[in-house]
Amino acid sequence: MTTLIKQGVRVAGLAALAFAALPAHAEASAAGQYRWLTFSVFAAVILMTMYITFLAARRVKSAADFYTAGGGISGLQNGWAIAGDYLSAASFLGIAGLISLYGYDGFMYSVGWLVAYITVLLLIAEPCRNIGKYTLADILAYRNDPRKTRVVGALSVITVSTFYLTAQMVGGGVLVKTLIGIDYEVSVVAVGVLMLGYVLFGGMVATTWVQIIKAVLLVAASVVIVMLVWTPYGFSLPAFMADVVGDAKVQAQVAKLLGDPAKAMSAAELGQRFLEPGLYFKAPVDQISLGMALVFGTAGLPHILMRFFTVPTAQQARKSVVWAMAIIGGFYVLTLFLGFGAAKLVGPANIAAVDAGGNMAGPLLAQYIGGGADSFAGNFMLAFVSAVAFATIVAVVAGLVLAAASAMAHDLWVGVVHGGETVPPREQVRAARIATVLVGATAIVIGIAAKGQNVAVLVALAFAVAASANFPCVLLTLYWKRCNTTGIVAGMIVGTTVAVGLTLVSPNLTYPQLVRAASAKVLAAEPAKRAAIADALASGDAARIAKATKEATALDKAVKKAADDVQKVAGKETSFVGLEKPLFELKNPGIFSIPLGFLAVILGSLLGRDKRSEDMWDEVYARQNTGILASKSTAH
Amino acid sequence: MATPGPIDWAAVIADPRFQTLHRRKSRFLWGLMAFSVAYYFALPIGAAYFQDLFKIKVWGVLNVGLLFALSEFLVAWAIALYYSHVANTEFDRLASAIAADYVNPPEA
Repeated sequence: MTTLIKQGVRVAGLAALAFAALPAHAEASAAGQYRWLTFSVFAAVILMTMYITFLAARRVKSAADFYTAGGGISGLQNGWAIAGDYLSAASFLGIAGLISLYGYDGFMYSVGWLVAYITVLLLIAEPCRNIGKYTLADILAYRNDPRKTRVVGALSVITVSTFYLTAQMVGGGVLVKTLIGIDYEVSVVAVGVLMLGYVLFGGMVATTWVQIIKAVLLVAASVVIVMLVWTPYGFSLPAFMADVVGDAKVQAQVAKLLGDPAKAMSAAELGQRFLEPGLYFKAPVDQISLGMALVFGTAGLPHILMRFFTVPTAQQARKSVVWAMAIIGGFYVLTLFLGFGAAKLVGPANIAAVDAGGNMAGPLLAQYIGGGADSFAGNFMLAFVSAVAFATIVAVVAGLVLAAASAMAHDLWVGVVHGGETVPPREQVRAARIATVLVGATAIVIGIAAKGQNVAVLVALAFAVAASANFPCVLLTLYWKRCNTTGIVAGMIVGTTVAVGLTLVSPNLTYPQLVRAASAKVLAAEPAKRAAIADALASGDAARIAKATKEATALDKAVKKAADDVQKVAGKETSFVGLEKPLFELKNPGIFSIPLGFLAVILGSLLGRDKRSEDMWDEVYARQNTGILASKSTAH
Repeated sequence: MATPGPIDWAAVIADPRFQTLHRRKSRFLWGLMAFSVAYYFALPIGAAYFQDLFKIKVWGVLNVGLLFALSEFLVAWAIALYYSHVANTEFDRLASAIAADYVNPPEA
């Protein structure tokens, strides 16, 4: 016990030392004398990706090269690239963080991110490879009215990408700021400019390789950390977990999360509770709704769908999903050790002190395992993980920008504005590059404008729209004979509107009156609590005094937070959309919006008639199953 | 067998071999999909409504819930490998046999 406490004190002390050596805005970056190390590792990663972009740029001549690397990526390469595209900073730092703070619920959350790929593998990847060319709307436009479905398809792709992109830019800006201590605005611009460089010059070839490099670095870093964490236990899972639940820091975290009921529990019970459900997810229906959005939304994410056009055949598309599942799943199994390891070694309280959401669990664990904040190895590990985090943001943002730019240039400009006419390849590439600059610049501007906003809701929204609009439309156009243009247009509009609408009236938004009421409650309870603390302090009982001192610190924090919250909503009476309280109680709309999206496609198709959709069914269904002409569609 | 001119898609669909492919593939894919969705949602449903079961310790401090969550990974990988095995050996063979008969040679 005492060694553990000593260890905890040592970590806290070292952390304090590290923070003191840095500018005021930095929170978890390397100590002053090691900053050169951070910048060297960053420079190495950036130079490596730039060199690849330089090589790739010479290969980008046609629109097919720009959007899909000419279909010349192998299944194995694409598998790594999908993993690189998918494991965003939110999932790679966020899930390890959730596990370190909430135990079991965090790990359960990670499962849905892998299971999502079964939908992609069984239903989406191969047919899309056989039918599509560059974009999601290509699949819809193949058998339905090209103009109408391209417009709705492109708008939905741009909507989903913008939500996800904004979340990535804001999250990335905060992350880079925390990790290496540069200003938020500077980090957003750095991410944006670097990403633009890759996409603009290297198109899909460079984007793919940046994603592959990032995924390899991420997996390598995680494996090294997990090995170091797990070796002392002789690679025994029960021994490792027993040590986690026996840790005083973990037990204290559970006691804090449970509040009053924890008082009746023994230390062993508190520790064991960390491995049981319910510390993070309180509403079961919400949890199921989130699961639905993940499992069906991934198959509708435009930047993931686009990856299947980069391989030459359906067989390679299949192979790439299997590889992606091995890498992504393997990584999430590693997060079990990263998360629980961080909880045991660094301590939930120390992790939450740096970032309330737990995002710094992985980086702090890396630093600890390397030898701590005053060691070379510790700082090298921290720098390495930070560089990987930075590469992650750039790689994910590049994929998203490419997806949004292809929807603008290929679907809207070439497909709709120039509908039917042939546009020379050179001009298509130019349009794609102009669209890339537009999307990239917008992302930087939105990223800076949204500073300090709660962007977690945007990730949920991106998945909800992808699952409720894109997924039903793509699935039914591929598998249902009666599906037609009216159904697709209806599905896109209803799916998007319901998902966005329900989110806007959900508890995700800030409701000033509720915030004030909650704060008022905290402030009203303050005098009584202060009196109780004063009593305890005057009692002369050492244990009571120690407890009261802790309570006083917690109370100070709570009161300050309540005052800050009131300050933030000062002068406001209603939420962003003018509501006093949420109309819809779920944080994730999937459980309602996904069935409604499907219903809209079905009803629209049954009510409308479209000769083209009917005539093309034989061709679509024969092609998606046999792969006839599949290579021709890439050859363009 | 290849004939010049556009591909007769209706004939591909009507081909008995295509019908066989379609039948086997549909049954296999939707069956596997239904199983994987059911297995996945058993986790959040169990975590919400069967907490007493999830709390039972099985292997040291590891409980049913944690082992079940770990099994989700194994099951997802098993489904992926099983599907790709069947697709590589059976569906691809059927599909390429059909494709070979209907695709025009590039320079015909």
